[in-house]
Amino acid sequence: MSSSMDNSMNPKLYALTGLFDTPDEIMHAAETASRKYRKYDVHTPYPVHGMDDAMGLGESPIGWVTILIGTTCMLLMLAFIAWVSLVDYPSVWAGKPYFNLPGYIPILFEVLVLTGAVSTVIIMFTIACGLPNNSHPLHDTPYMQRTSDDKFGLCLEAEDEAFDETSARELLTALGAQKIEPVYFDAKEASSGLSLLNPWFLGFGGAAATGMSVFIYLTFNYMVFEAPFNWMSVQPKLSEQSPSAIFADGRSMQKPVEGTISRGYIPEPFEKDPEAMAKYVVNPLPVTQDVLALGKEKFESRCSACHGNYANGDSRLPADAYPPGPTLHSPKVANWKDGHIYHVITYGQNVMPAYAKQLTKDERWAVIHYIRALQRSQNPKETDLK
Amino acid sequence: MQVADKSTLDGIPDYSVEPSVVLKSPTFHEITETIVKPIESPPSMKWLIALAISMALFSVEIIGWGVSFYYGTGMWGNNIPVAWAFPIVNFVFWVGIGHAGTLISAILFIFRQKWRNGIARFAEAMTIFAVMTAGLFPLFHTGRPWLPLYLMPYPNKHAVWVNFLSPLVWDVFAVSTYFTVSLFFWYTGLVPDFATLRDRTLGKDLISKIKKTIYSVLSLGWRFSNRHWRHYERVYLILAGVSTPLVLSVHTIVSFDFAVSGLPGWHTTIFPPYFVAGAIFSGFAMVVTVLVFIRYIFDMQHIITLNTLEKMNKIILLTGTLVGYAYGMEFFIAWYSGNLVEQFVFINRAFGPYAWAYWIMISCNVISPQMFWFRKLRRSVPVMFVASIFVNIGMWFERYVITVTSLTRDFLPSSWGWYNPTFTDFSLLFGSFGMFFTLTLLFVKFMPLVAISELKSVTDQAKPTHHHGGDH
Repeated sequence: MSSSMDNSMNPKLYALTGLFDTPDEIMHAAETASRKYRKYDVHTPYPVHGMDDAMGLGESPIGWVTILIGTTCMLLMLAFIAWVSLVDYPSVWAGKPYFNLPGYIPILFEVLVLTGAVSTVIIMFTIACGLPNNSHPLHDTPYMQRTSDDKFGLCLEAEDEAFDETSARELLTALGAQKIEPVYFDAKEASSGLSLLNPWFLGFGGAAATGMSVFIYLTFNYMVFEAPFNWMSVQPKLSEQSPSAIFADGRSMQKPVEGTISRGYIPEPFEKDPEAMAKYVVNPLPVTQDVLALGKEKFESRCSACHGNYANGDSRLPADAYPPGPTLHSPKVANWKDGHIYHVITYGQNVMPAYAKQLTKDERWAVIHYIRALQRSQNPKETDLK
Repeated sequence: MQVADKSTLDGIPDYSVEPSVVLKSPTFHEITETIVKPIESPPSMKWLIALAISMALFSVEIIGWGVSFYYGTGMWGNNIPVAWAFPIVNFVFWVGIGHAGTLISAILFIFRQKWRNGIARFAEAMTIFAVMTAGLFPLFHTGRPWLPLYLMPYPNKHAVWVNFLSPLVWDVFAVSTYFTVSLFFWYTGLVPDFATLRDRTLGKDLISKIKKTIYSVLSLGWRFSNRHWRHYERVYLILAGVSTPLVLSVHTIVSFDFAVSGLPGWHTTIFPPYFVAGAIFSGFAMVVTVLVFIRYIFDMQHIITLNTLEKMNKIILLTGTLVGYAYGMEFFIAWYSGNLVEQFVFINRAFGPYAWAYWIMISCNVISPQMFWFRKLRRSVPVMFVASIFVNIGMWFERYVITVTSLTRDFLPSSWGWYNPTFTDFSLLFGSFGMFFTLTLLFVKFMPLVAISELKSVTDQAKPTHHHGGDH
């Protein structure tokens, strides 16, 4: 496109190019050209060793990209993990501290490598090399087709201040170049306006990226919870409140068969009737040292906060926080049968809650024995002094 | 780097001078022609037959995944106590295969092993295909493969994060990083070769124009400019530098999946180096298996030389012996620790109900590579082909032995179990080879199998004879 065919259109000159056969020749040519020109380039099918020095180019600074971006992203990841494990959702794993740095090393290392490598490649191609660029004048020239295969090319650019076509041609001839050819800008490509920075292109890309993000968001936050992806939560089984066609009453949950009870369920006929309980139920435990010790332990841990350590009704709780419990030495309580006290402990009375959850049946009877002992100690009879 | 005329200084031959990477000292143009020939010529019958077989196997895998997707993981033989079975075994196997690619492209690059150039591109492609093959197994093993995002720490509607201390989460980071970096490494190497293909595609017909457009896009408009090569070479070195610890970390972290648990037979500190050596071992064997075929199919005997294959066999011998040492050391530590459960597990491995798997592993992994001590066997193509297949079988059984024998019989005899793979398990195992070979065959047909520019740089005529400035 930009070879000598286009001369008739009198397009703008990009450069004068020449081809060489061996790495030695191109090395020599590059050294010579670098003395006169600044805007020139060498095109070789593979990176020729020592060419950077011959052209007077320094070391590539691209390594800083890897270090800076990799380290920054790694530290950001560390900050994110610290925020998750210290602030947002602290939880103990395997008895380790909330912030457990050694355990994060694998992830931090992977993030360092991933971001360092990916950013280096992208920045090398885009910023350092100015790619992708398929509209460069050198493309589709015989020069490019040979240098991408087996020749070594020197390209003296017309933009250089020292450039004029005659002297450049003389230099290339003196260096022994073959196929010295001018390369022209392609008028069509230059005027096409096609560029990666074209607002339409950028707008389209941005819209595509936004659309894709919305799609992914909806997919992962909504679609996966809809049929058929909800297999795990929607199962062909009956739950308590769901209707059922199996039973005549149309319910899933059925009453137990007449005359049966479910496992672990003991019917309790006395809940509403303390008098009946006092009448029919007696304390099944004997009065022994062990039972009294158990009763003392449970009384002091469960009852004494309101009733006092000696059941005198001297609550340890502030009066405005909870009403103090009554004394258990009153004649009323003293005259209650064990079954009546058991009913109060099991089902509660007035503001006292039920203690059936906190105390097992035996513990309740043991506590009652202990209360009896307390009552006797606070109001001893003369016979007790013997 | 050696300079040829230095070799006989003072009359002492310089043994560090390597024989040429490529034989027959081809010109640059011949190298280009040889490498692009499979791409530019119509597909050969050999290639089509190979592709047909691979795609048939691949379709078996697709059916297997479809069954696993629709009916769930209950279609597999996994049970309690053997909750990890074929899928994890296949995952570790395929990730291990991939490691040879990075080793060849990165570690050998840093050590300036020029013989790598003939096989590096192919090995890198193999890495990528192996990791793709491997990645499907843990994805489906989660039970709900349509929720892969749960593996990543992202702000979700459950308001919880992943556990950053879990080896399985490390695995997610390691394998995804490994895949991405390998892909970038591979693509970076491919850019100049796509540019060469672009400049060779000169036809005016529609197919050529489509091809040229694809090559132009993929080559990013690369111009072989030395001002670009300067950055490119440095980036290649950096990528090799970061890939080296990366490849070691990946199989280390894969081994943590086992080693960090408390199960006897898994809970050993030798696992990371042992897994890395095993990964390189199996990966090199796979490279040999496939390269022997490919150099025959595409007539590349002078590019992928017997010298290169011999060097690969030396590494197989080395890593095979390392793996054998690790097997022995596991037994020694079990005895030396005085831990009865540990001792039982290892005796059970060698003489218990899964002894057949253990002895397949030992004979394939430890005994079969020993024949590479002999130069004649090392340089015999049929021998290395058979041996490399044995090594692959052995390395698959190594993962099977580690996973299944440890799980079936752990601490309490009352919770011992048994494992039987199902038809779906086998279809996924054999089908995964179909996927891998399908991708490999498509790659060798449509992309340059050998790095063209890299190979040119290691020919005899590539170096300037007088040096300007220092060497790297």
